[in-house]
Amino acid sequence: MDRAVTAPGAVVPELVEIGRARTVVQTLAELWRDRELLYFLVWKDIKVKYKQTALGVAWVVLQPVIGMLLFTLLFGKVAKLPNDGLPYPVFYYASLLSWTYFSSALLMASNSVISNTSLVTKVYFPRILLPAASVIGALLDLAIASTILLGLLLFYDVPLTPGLALLPLFLGILVLFTLGVGQLLAALNVNYRDIKHALPFVVQIWMFASPVVWPLSMVPEPYQWLASLNPIAGIIEATRAVISGSPVPWDWVSISAAMALLLFALGLWYFQRTARRFADVI
Amino acid sequence: MNYLALQVAGLSKRYRLGEYSSDTQLREVIVAAVSRLAGRKRDPLQEVWALRDISFEIQQGEVLGIVGRNGAGKSTLLKLLSRITSPTTGSIRARGRIASLLEVGTGFHDELTGRENIYLNGSILGMKKREIELKLDEIVDFSGIARFIDTPIKRYSSGMRLRLGFAVAAHLSPDILLVDEVLAVGDADFQKKCLDTMDGLRASGRTVLFVSHNMAAVESLCSRCIWVEAGRLRADGEARSVVAEYMRTFSKSSAGTVDLEQIETRTGNGEGRFTHISFLNAAGETTNYIRSGDRLTLRLHYHAFKELRDVVIGINIHNEYGTLIAASNNWATGDDIPMAAEGDGYADFEIDCLYLLPGRYYLSLWLGKWNNQQDVLKNCISFDVETSDYYGSGRGIEAGFGLMFFPSRWKSCAPQERLIHPEIEVG
Repeated sequence: MDRAVTAPGAVVPELVEIGRARTVVQTLAELWRDRELLYFLVWKDIKVKYKQTALGVAWVVLQPVIGMLLFTLLFGKVAKLPNDGLPYPVFYYASLLSWTYFSSALLMASNSVISNTSLVTKVYFPRILLPAASVIGALLDLAIASTILLGLLLFYDVPLTPGLALLPLFLGILVLFTLGVGQLLAALNVNYRDIKHALPFVVQIWMFASPVVWPLSMVPEPYQWLASLNPIAGIIEATRAVISGSPVPWDWVSISAAMALLLFALGLWYFQRTARRFADVI
Repeated sequence: MNYLALQVAGLSKRYRLGEYSSDTQLREVIVAAVSRLAGRKRDPLQEVWALRDISFEIQQGEVLGIVGRNGAGKSTLLKLLSRITSPTTGSIRARGRIASLLEVGTGFHDELTGRENIYLNGSILGMKKREIELKLDEIVDFSGIARFIDTPIKRYSSGMRLRLGFAVAAHLSPDILLVDEVLAVGDADFQKKCLDTMDGLRASGRTVLFVSHNMAAVESLCSRCIWVEAGRLRADGEARSVVAEYMRTFSKSSAGTVDLEQIETRTGNGEGRFTHISFLNAAGETTNYIRSGDRLTLRLHYHAFKELRDVVIGINIHNEYGTLIAASNNWATGDDIPMAAEGDGYADFEIDCLYLLPGRYYLSLWLGKWNNQQDVLKNCISFDVETSDYYGSGRGIEAGFGLMFFPSRWKSCAPQERLIHPEIEVG
């Protein structure tokens, strides 16, 4: 069944079976048809997010900035971890940008279905739009927080390299990865509310297991491949590489991309498989 | 042009109770998996068929009523048709856009303004942005809350929310519309607006599926009606006869007493609630055989959740065509009904002589004061009045006598022959 408008009486619409399981192609086609709803869901999330806050959008910037200051002090000045030749604030802010996007989008996406229970039980729309809206909506926060990175680069006289043009590619991988894990957790969360309790804690551990505060080069060579299986590792490393002008670690980036694609496919498959029963279970 | 709008074939929906609940813990799943490995079988009793093998078709432009008791599967059917949940077996084929009004204002966000919510709600219900922009003025106008349209809806009253939600829904213009008890909420004006809108949809050739407990509304709005009982299709046919058949089982099973607890289409603050109603005959026995001219008592059982002083109980009786035939309340009659404490009680409405003509009547009940209603049940039950030989003439009271009858007799003073009484003839 098409949710698109058909003028009654004009052309007799086709008799279509509804409520069947859909193929990936059908799902993507449906997503495209309902892109306006996706837009409105993103728009709502953004509009609502900072209403009745005194600092408003400043929160978007405060989170990574405070993290950056803390890390610079603790891991840079005190623990003196290696920094791949970048000033500590730039080194940490670059990784925190990706990480903050990932963690906040993931938390929102994983709760996106259960926090919209009234919608899910009362009206049909492609459920996949819910986690997708969270992941896309968080991009605005990332864009705003990115301006600070530009400021830091100029402040510390880090030359802008042509490699920076590759950032959208890395961002693409990051979004795909976040969407994949987000879908998976959103669907699991409907069945098992354990996810809601465990995730904030898991994300915390995940950050320290990712090269956010330490460079991947710190890991002994034979184990680096293991660390790079974490898709966010390649993205962060590649981002830092293009900022510092060192060669892009394409092997890590390809592993990230492959893992992101795999997780996206897994997430989409699981989400679509369970979405038909959300209203019964939620 | 007439064509098939919706085709439902062999539709069944099974729910597994206890398999998952809203907050299943992983621990429970692991325990269940372990016990499965240990060879224990799943309890077969935990399956419930909410719908079983339902098949029907609807032609384009038809208005189909769906009746049945609570829990019979009506809402599950609408949920399947609107794709909220998917069938266990069977198929649904439809032409064009299906929109459902299971609850108006779905997806409203408190922090957004009325205008913003029109966009969000419209889009969730399947409207395109351009379509919403085109109809925006009309929607705002229809809602009647234009002054507050740029106010966040958290400042709205529940009535204003309802108006706004319905205004959006009324402009959906789907090919097939599913309606579930929308008429049960709001004031008389709002309900009239709802009915007018549904009538308009019908007139413009939309296909409408209408679930309601309001039999008068089903009979007047629907051409055809299906009756769902215990998940199965019990009857499918002309609305009037299906409703009549449905109502008959209702009174038979209860033999003069009707349970009101299960009625969900009630309004009021709930401090007091009608629980059931009995029809008592002249001998004080419950009965479902009511005749014109009977001495009848309506015993209204209620539960007071707190002490209620100065409350008024009222009844309205409407005929099949929705005309108010009679109304009464104990304020008008000057009788006091104190509910001095929390608990169960009843009030008897004693009718010396039932002036109703044979036919079907709908009863509405209310409990409360003018501005503070505890419990209001509109057209909650119907009852049939049978003909009777009230005058002992061997001829019954007929339905065609008007709206009601007056117990009466005829006397005459005809021009007479002059009579010579023997007494007068005194010698």
